[in-house]
Amino acid sequence: MALDQSFVGRTYPPTPAYEVAREKIREFAEAIGDPHPAYRDPEAAKELGYPDVIAPPTFPIVISMPAADQVVYDPALGLDWTRVVHGDQRFTHERPMRPGDRVRATVVVESIKSFAGNDMITLVTEMSTEEGELISTARALLVARAENAAEEG
Amino acid sequence: MAGTEDRFAVGTALPAASFPITRKDLVRYAGASGDFNDIHWNGRFALEVGLPDVIAHGMCTMAVAGRVVTDWAGDPGAVEEYYVRFSKPVVVPDDGVGALIEVTGKVVKELDERRVQVDLTVLSAGQKVLGKASAVVRRS
Repeated sequence: MALDQSFVGRTYPPTPAYEVAREKIREFAEAIGDPHPAYRDPEAAKELGYPDVIAPPTFPIVISMPAADQVVYDPALGLDWTRVVHGDQRFTHERPMRPGDRVRATVVVESIKSFAGNDMITLVTEMSTEEGELISTARALLVARAENAAEEG
Repeated sequence: MAGTEDRFAVGTALPAASFPITRKDLVRYAGASGDFNDIHWNGRFALEVGLPDVIAHGMCTMAVAGRVVTDWAGDPGAVEEYYVRFSKPVVVPDDGVGALIEVTGKVVKELDERRVQVDLTVLSAGQKVLGKASAVVRRS
């Protein structure tokens, strides 16, 4: 069933601040198997011109995904979250995230489309410090697959 | 220096790399990312919802493939933009070997004096698993 078009343009309230931590960055870097010293060693990061260690380019998903869940699980939208798959993902960075950043995420529903029974929703999540400095923007296409397409991969 | 200029020239191939992904890596990524969706660790559940087996988080594949760009750039913070389309799932069998993600990349465009576009080709088991993968990288 097609989703309610009136959700297009809707902005969800900013999430509570997420405080980026040095050990969380290290844990994420380990999980993606990336040994780059800029993720672990403040001196190595300083040599690249940063005040502290930096987070990998896809690290902001840790903040944007729970923020997007506000929309996915919004009963008023009526998205069948059990059929939702990730269609695409874009990150645009003003600068890398780093320890001590207290980041709030604000989600906007950019578009809603239906095609062949699939509901496609594009969410734009802006991640800014509590002081209002924009750090990263995540743009994600989520697809709720048509019920009769569940067996196709 | 001249060598630095050459590194970002259009047509330059990035050093290719292959990354093995095992079930253990998926468990580790789930913990680090907070994405505990059953399809990424629970074989029984994956089969129930019609998947051939447990599949990697798309975001895990995106992150791993992105290492080819960050390693080449030298400075991971030079990646200003990164896009992928999730075109095929990466199936990760519980056979002690897992899946292999094979990544090649090329500088395809000079966007302005400071930035270039890099396109990636990301394969697993001979299939293109990420489509239109590209990054905008700041020249150092």
